Amino acid sequence: MTSVKRYSPLPGFRLAMGYTLVYLTLIVLIPLAAVGTKTLTMGWEAFWAAVSSPRVVASYQLSFGASLLAAAINVVFGLIFAWVLVRYRFPGKGLIDSLVDLPFALPTAVAGIALATIYSENGPVGKLLEPWGIEIAYTPNGVLLALVFIGLPFVVRTVQPVLGDLEKEVEEAAAGLGASRWQTFLRIILPHIAPALLTGFAMAFARAVGEYGSVIFIAGNVPMVSEITPLLIITKLEQYDYAGATAVASVMLVFSFVLLLIINGLQGWMQNRHAKGA
Amino acid sequence: MNVQESLAGLLVGALLLGSASAAEITILNVSYDPTRELYQDFNAAFGKYWQAKTGDTLRVKASHGGSGKQARSVIDGIDADVVTLALAFDIDAIADRGIVPLDWQKRLPSNAAPYTSTIVFLVRKGNPKAIRDWNDLVKPGVSIITPNPKTSGGARWNYLAAWAYALKQPGGSETRAREFVGQIYGNVKVLDSGARGSTTTFVERGIGDVLIAWENEAYLAIKELGPDKFEIVTPSLSILAEPPVSVVDRVVDKRATRKVAQAYLDYLYSPEGQEIAARHYYRPRDAKVSAKYAGQFGKVNLVTIDDTFGGWRYAQKTHFSDGGIFDQIYVPGGKR
Amino acid sequence: MSATIALHAGSLEHAETASTREPAWVRVVLISIALTFFAVFLLLPLGTVFAEGLRKGWAAYVAALVNDDAWDAIKLTLITAAIAVPLNLVFGVAAAWSIAKFEFPGKRLLITFIDLPFSVSPVISGLIYVLLFGAQGWFGPWLQEHDIRIIFAVPGIVLATIFVTFPFVARELIPLMEAQGSEEEEAAVVLGASGWQVFWYTTLPNIKWGLLYGVILCNARAMGEFGAVSVVSGHIRGQTNTMPLYVEILYNEYNYAAAFAVASLLALLAIVTLALKTLVERQTRRQLQEIIEPSGE
Repeated sequence: MTSVKRYSPLPGFRLAMGYTLVYLTLIVLIPLAAVGTKTLTMGWEAFWAAVSSPRVVASYQLSFGASLLAAAINVVFGLIFAWVLVRYRFPGKGLIDSLVDLPFALPTAVAGIALATIYSENGPVGKLLEPWGIEIAYTPNGVLLALVFIGLPFVVRTVQPVLGDLEKEVEEAAAGLGASRWQTFLRIILPHIAPALLTGFAMAFARAVGEYGSVIFIAGNVPMVSEITPLLIITKLEQYDYAGATAVASVMLVFSFVLLLIINGLQGWMQNRHAKGA
Repeated sequence: MNVQESLAGLLVGALLLGSASAAEITILNVSYDPTRELYQDFNAAFGKYWQAKTGDTLRVKASHGGSGKQARSVIDGIDADVVTLALAFDIDAIADRGIVPLDWQKRLPSNAAPYTSTIVFLVRKGNPKAIRDWNDLVKPGVSIITPNPKTSGGARWNYLAAWAYALKQPGGSETRAREFVGQIYGNVKVLDSGARGSTTTFVERGIGDVLIAWENEAYLAIKELGPDKFEIVTPSLSILAEPPVSVVDRVVDKRATRKVAQAYLDYLYSPEGQEIAARHYYRPRDAKVSAKYAGQFGKVNLVTIDDTFGGWRYAQKTHFSDGGIFDQIYVPGGKR
Repeated sequence: MSATIALHAGSLEHAETASTREPAWVRVVLISIALTFFAVFLLLPLGTVFAEGLRKGWAAYVAALVNDDAWDAIKLTLITAAIAVPLNLVFGVAAAWSIAKFEFPGKRLLITFIDLPFSVSPVISGLIYVLLFGAQGWFGPWLQEHDIRIIFAVPGIVLATIFVTFPFVARELIPLMEAQGSEEEEAAVVLGASGWQVFWYTTLPNIKWGLLYGVILCNARAMGEFGAVSVVSGHIRGQTNTMPLYVEILYNEYNYAAAFAVASLLALLAIVTLALKTLVERQTRRQLQEIIEPSGE
């Protein structure tokens, strides 16, 4: 439907497009360009020193590592959520369906203090885990936990509609041909929802890498151990190191942009597959 | 401030501070973390004093945060009439941008620090890890909470106090001090970005065996959260922490508030101001007030930053700049 | 990103037949996992906020909310949302109109740019305005000379909020308007309607639910933003503290009960947001079905 090119007789293109571009330029492009130009004034060596010092690299490892892991965890649980929401009936389903988006609607600072309270050594869940030697709050586990929390809706909400669209007949045919349920899942269902899972994964990952509010309350913020990259940017600012902060920010920006291009590509792929299937 | 004002303000890209009311003077005190309670009281007292003296109503607004972050705000243009920060280096950083004159510390008595404090330990009730002095902190299995010296002013005092202790021990040397402080940070469990964050971690979250903290912060924690839970341990040697204050010249000249800002800081040195500071567990400069509150503070041998470390600029450069000694000795990466 | 997708989600249920049903134990296990995860990860934090807020009793709860500082924070949050949301609403409509109804080169790139604020770290969203308007920034000296405040004042907070909520309405409307096509609008033009008339009488009724959905999400984020606003705020009590910042301040003042009390207001906002969203989703689905069904498959 969208691939048909056509001449539009509708009015308002210039006005709408002009406004869009002006607003986009003022609010997004010029401010982001400030990061670029500030970085350019640094010179290559200073830039490289700022973005590759051990502490900065450790923060990338934590931010990207924990975000990857959190996104992977979300793929598993997100799929289970989407699956039970689409396929099963059980009490409380409507409530769960609505509240899955809570991490999206709850301000991150609120989520942060709530999670820190729950998972610290004397919090309701932290207390239960402590005898087992499991520490969550103020360790890298805390970072992971917060990132799993904020990433969950992304996977559920990408997979849910695709799973719902899956034609039952195909599964029935597979079953008729003697495939077990597990085989049907692996060979039929999983390939069908794979692009959606991947998209959800990428979106959860993108969000997690930049996340700040919910993480800082629960991470120990120990340099080299539990200090995420966004916090490091703040830390650099507080040490009056504007250039350093901007350099690290520019690395993150480039990364976000590339990730976004990948996500948009994935979504295009999903739509195409969808169009073919229908 | 109402909606129309804000809308109009946004449209022209401008919104003037303090335009809300003409009859009322407002000044902004940009301060560091642990002074919230102190300045809440002090602002009220000074407001009354100023009204009695001049008839003007005065509203002192406050902003609190890590000392470095607050100085950053001033550098980035927050309209602070006065700054009351954790250490001289942060005001030096402001002075380097020409916002206050370079000799700001000479403009007020006692290094422009109307009250002092020092660094002590807060431990759990009964002192289960038997922490008496700095050398108890490096024992294996002691878990320490202190903020990050790169971002927190208080944390820099903590670090320097530990350094000074090691230096003044028999056979103490730079090498020995470096090793000792490295061991202390090897035992640090959570390195928050500000002093207040560390206190929260220790007190509310129940993490760690000992909190290295401002003396005033430790007393406040006990007062607010119960003497049945914590004890203060005063080490044998600590550092004389001088949290300095200054009028922000560029702002007061523009806003024409120099007189009231200056009076505000002078009032900190008055007996009333000193009394308020002492009540909030800052060590007063005034001899009389000091004598009156002497009983509330532990006995401790104090060294100064100028004598032991050659002043803040030097200490900052040697210890806390990127690649400085702190960066060299602090290599956690898993060892706890 | 997520919003567009969530729009089409919902209870698209499947008829069960024996051959495509998992064994009972698998179903029980999967449902249990989902319910446990739900309880621990979503319900518990929400419950904690209210429980901690009320820990010192109802009177303390009310006292935490009814005082000048809290009130100033609430007001500032409302003002910020009241400016940011309408601006992004107008932008969203304009962007969706030009992207969904017209073909032009560079469309994908434009959409990617519009999406950008979604994936930029909130910290960077604040930093960029410091680099522009801070005293050391591009326009800083000029602004100081003319005594104009942006950073550490309401305009800075509003700008940072606009940035982080920038794509919400646009991203909601673009797929919706693309799905709807432009036949109705074209017919209206042929019948002699002016541009504004086409928009008001043809397009707007078609997109109103999607629009509302975008506004709800945009508003929730605008009121709840923490990272970006924190960088540009300066944390002046009663002046530049929004509710999320005020929560942090109270939390740092040992005032946990009060922090959670204010946080509970924000949690309430999240709940209302989700309830409205569920409602609007239902309406949108209905509308989408109306579009899809008459045209056939």
